[in-house]
Amino acid sequence: MKYIDEFRDGDLARQIGARIAAEAHPDRNYSFMEFCGGHTHAISRYGVLELLPPNVRMIHGPGCPVCVLPIGRIDLAIRLALERGAIVCTYGDTMRVPASDSLSLIKAKARGGDIRMVYSAADAMALARANPQCEVVFFAIGFETTTPPTALAIRDAAREGLANFSVLCCHVLTPSAITHILESPEVRQLGTVPIDGFIGPAHVSIVIGSAPYEHFAEEYRKPVVIAGFEPLDVMQAILMLVRQVNQGRAHVENEFTRAVTPEGNLKAQALVSEVFALRPSFEWRGLGEVPYSALKIREAFAAFDAERRFDLSYTPVADNKACECGAILRGVKKPTDCKIFGTVCTPENPVGSCMVSSEGACAAHYTYGRFRDIPIVATSATTEEVSP
Amino acid sequence: MCLAIPAQLVELRPHDQAVVNLGGIRKEISIALVADVQVGDYVIVHVGHAIGVIDPEEAEKTLALFAEMQAVAGADGQP
Repeated sequence: MKYIDEFRDGDLARQIGARIAAEAHPDRNYSFMEFCGGHTHAISRYGVLELLPPNVRMIHGPGCPVCVLPIGRIDLAIRLALERGAIVCTYGDTMRVPASDSLSLIKAKARGGDIRMVYSAADAMALARANPQCEVVFFAIGFETTTPPTALAIRDAAREGLANFSVLCCHVLTPSAITHILESPEVRQLGTVPIDGFIGPAHVSIVIGSAPYEHFAEEYRKPVVIAGFEPLDVMQAILMLVRQVNQGRAHVENEFTRAVTPEGNLKAQALVSEVFALRPSFEWRGLGEVPYSALKIREAFAAFDAERRFDLSYTPVADNKACECGAILRGVKKPTDCKIFGTVCTPENPVGSCMVSSEGACAAHYTYGRFRDIPIVATSATTEEVSP
Repeated sequence: MCLAIPAQLVELRPHDQAVVNLGGIRKEISIALVADVQVGDYVIVHVGHAIGVIDPEEAEKTLALFAEMQAVAGADGQP
């Protein structure tokens, strides 16, 4: 398909890999964080790591919206369905995230909660129109990509006076999460995540543009290369990061110029700021409370805010003790460092959030990378040589 | 979640709706979030909404950059 297949050419990927190996200085290590779950998925699925020299390491960041959704927020949605009788609609990935009391949205559905998977916020509105006797709540999660469609739904609901529709808003912001990773005291104390640069999100940047990353480049001296989600895009971005590091530069570069401009999608941004305002603080799974990192619904649209409509109050819930999602989301640990990875915790039965979405670091490694962990020993060939 | 796909606009419909074609699959999406799109444009579709437009010239430039690398590799005799 156009704009997809031509960015997946294996021969070209190997050539970019060879160029990275030629340009990366053998006497130093390069650690780059791909913030976005879409990149994590592409790196695992297309075997990008195999094409990189050993001294170029990729760290998976917290850019999977399902993975960073804290248990307490899912509990709110479950309670709306089970205790308040609301029809709760959400995206497919969100359905299986483990919550309190061994529940998830899908298990709460099995207990009789009216919970529905929708493809878009517009579908949730259609459900509200079709069920005027019920409260319909859209459990909205996601980064800057998913936020404009939610804003559009709220604005349209207000325009048509859709009285039984509201949104439980859990939209989060990319730039503040990156700042938090760079400033977080835990990361500084652990000292194990030296990040030499970032691969910037593809689709988030379509909406917000490349300008919001200038701050990291200037303030923290970290290069950022915005890249598309196809494997060649990721490889090219890694090459561009290696070059910046070698030249001692820290700039924002854009590999994804076919869809990302410096200013982004201004129409979507205007709609988002009309409907949403900054939350002073929001809890992220794995990162804790992050200041000014999420959005809430503005006063003018209060009627469509499920938190006000149902008078909800948030209670934080600790993650399962055995789960290392927190450290993995920070880039401090790898999926295989977790004791329950691939045993108790699998994509079929996820314990932690990183195993739920295919974009989560653990699910991506389980699906595409776990056989790499097993060393290949060519015993038969050796035996044949020795025995005759 | 953030996985969105480029698809070609094949029909504009009232109320900011449009039909895209993705490898033979047709789907109605919303174009309320993008400005000035035309039939034939490639849009990035995410959760039922076009969130951006592909710039064909820039896509060509990126592909040309890769082609250049292939040419250099060929000249160097590298794999």
